[in-house]
Amino acid sequence: MENVIEVSNLTKKFKEFTAVDNISFKVKKGEIFGFLGPNGAGKSTTIRMLTTLIRPTSGQAFVAGHNITTQAGDVREHIGLVAEKIILYDRLTALENLKFFGKLYHIPKSTAQERAEKWLTTLEMDKWQDKMVGTFSTGMKQRVNIARALLTEPEVMFLDEPTLGLDPQTSRSIRDFIKDLHAHGVTVILTTHIMPEADELSDTIAIIDHGRIIAVDTPANLKKANQKPNASLEDVFLALTGRDMREETHGDVSSVSDHIFGAKSRVR
Amino acid sequence: MKNNFFTTLKDSLRIASKDLVDFSRDRMQLIFFIIMPVFMMIMTGFIYPSENSLKNIPMGIANQDQGQISQTLVQVFSDMKISNDEKVFTIKIYPDNEAIKKAIKDQKINGGIFIPADFSQNVLNNTTAEISIIPDQSNPQISSILTQMIQQVVNSMSTGVAETKIGEIIKLTGKVNPQMANLDPATIIQPIQSKIDNLIPGKTNYFQFIAPGIMALIVMMSVMTGLAVSVSREKESGTMDGLLIAPISRLSIILGKAFAQTARGMVQGMIVLLLAILIFGVHVYGNWLVMILLLFLGVFAFMGIGILVSAVATAQETAMSIMMTLQFPMMFLSGTFFPIQQMPHVMQYISKAIPLTYEATALRKVIVLGAGLSSVWTEVLILSIFGLVMIAIAVPTFRRVITR
Repeated sequence: MENVIEVSNLTKKFKEFTAVDNISFKVKKGEIFGFLGPNGAGKSTTIRMLTTLIRPTSGQAFVAGHNITTQAGDVREHIGLVAEKIILYDRLTALENLKFFGKLYHIPKSTAQERAEKWLTTLEMDKWQDKMVGTFSTGMKQRVNIARALLTEPEVMFLDEPTLGLDPQTSRSIRDFIKDLHAHGVTVILTTHIMPEADELSDTIAIIDHGRIIAVDTPANLKKANQKPNASLEDVFLALTGRDMREETHGDVSSVSDHIFGAKSRVR
Repeated sequence: MKNNFFTTLKDSLRIASKDLVDFSRDRMQLIFFIIMPVFMMIMTGFIYPSENSLKNIPMGIANQDQGQISQTLVQVFSDMKISNDEKVFTIKIYPDNEAIKKAIKDQKINGGIFIPADFSQNVLNNTTAEISIIPDQSNPQISSILTQMIQQVVNSMSTGVAETKIGEIIKLTGKVNPQMANLDPATIIQPIQSKIDNLIPGKTNYFQFIAPGIMALIVMMSVMTGLAVSVSREKESGTMDGLLIAPISRLSIILGKAFAQTARGMVQGMIVLLLAILIFGVHVYGNWLVMILLLFLGVFAFMGIGILVSAVATAQETAMSIMMTLQFPMMFLSGTFFPIQQMPHVMQYISKAIPLTYEATALRKVIVLGAGLSSVWTEVLILSIFGLVMIAIAVPTFRRVITR
């Protein structure tokens, strides 16, 4: 089967801190690729590199057949991103937001309108389409946010914790929606901390810790390899990554000692 | 990338129009967008006393003289008016100068004059007549203006008396020496006169001086702060990722932001000008086109700094504090509020290194003195070069920093 993403020896350093350490993996076309790891393990940094938002320190990666560093523009044409932060303008209406992003992707006006209405209807946001996004709840925002990412009908969808902070109803509908995308042949890269969610959705799971990929396999195989009978994905995850808690601040925010000793502030 | 120049431009206009719609819906920002220049104008205009802003100053008069001349003098003071029919002084009568001094101490009056009992008699007797001016020394600004005005009145009265007296002398000597008969008493009292040849008609007020400076200042602030805040806000909220992930060039993002801020800056500059004209009686003597060109150039000159700061600052707060640090010295050293010539030498040199100085100077030349493009070309050149250099530094930096 054809690979949509090929990552080889990708590394990202922020000053001395290595956020992503020489990782390599492949994502097959049309699969849901679960990307798991504790906080600060390097998931978001990897996704930001693959979506061309930051440049790798070394190594290379191809997304939809294009090199992320040398052909960033081409990569952007083929991907959609739902990141931790919602990419919508609070003072534009849902529909205005979608139309604006449609314009940035040079989608013809009528097509953009059509698609926007289609996705908003599918995600049950059509009756709010003319309301300002700023007045929405997190769940409503996330649904519009997903509609925005889908507007370009991307080959590869990056979903970085799409169900974070949402109620069970919205989470459920978003999970169903991810399955729906999968059925339509879209490749999905999914990060989440909810193990049953990853288990339910993913065809392949990669577990990353301290910037390194420590396991890649199907959920079933990962569970089988665990000593415990009837192990859940959570058991697998904890066995692989240990039970120590992590600092969420790795790499992104300067540490406490930086504040105390006045280290040079880092440009994020 | 297959982006050519026109797609870049089109994309940037899309971002600009999104920014402006977003801005126009932010009611708080919109209010301050208008209130800020109004505040600036009113504050700077009114905290400095000018002749026009001084009216109904409470002044005490203690007239112990019964003669006609002192009566006239008091009348002149109480009738003195400034241009728009308001009286300069509110006269309060006191019995003697001790009472006046007490009233000043009580801050009931801002100064006073004392006319002694022998005043009229001394004038008639051809001896020196004196009046005393009692200033309020706790308020040097007002008291110096007040003293000046009283001295002017007394001087002109004194001149009038002198003219009458010399007229009589001429009449007497003319009988003996006919050559003297045709002399004008005024030319004897003041044989040398100075005349003011204004570039523009009428008197300039402080607003006329300050309005061009404030225009320059507001344009600078709205471009620099506006740009940095708008970019860092998108970074903070995550929407910048949405722009960066779109298949558009980095240049169009920064251009779009810059266009939106240009529009804002120009509109705000125009608000200042309209306020200045409608409320503060400022008159534009120069060519409007030249003035608008200068405003535009001001926007251009500060764009680079704005882009640079927005590239470096990740959070709005950081952007704001960098801007404050940059703008504060510029505000006071650019000759916006105080003439540069009044500054110490070292400060004058620093002032010359600040681009805002040139923007303010050029605008002032055009608005107050009616200068044309030929008189401001040095400023135009300096601003253009500064703008170009800053943009040449800022745009590549932005492109590099935004995707590390």
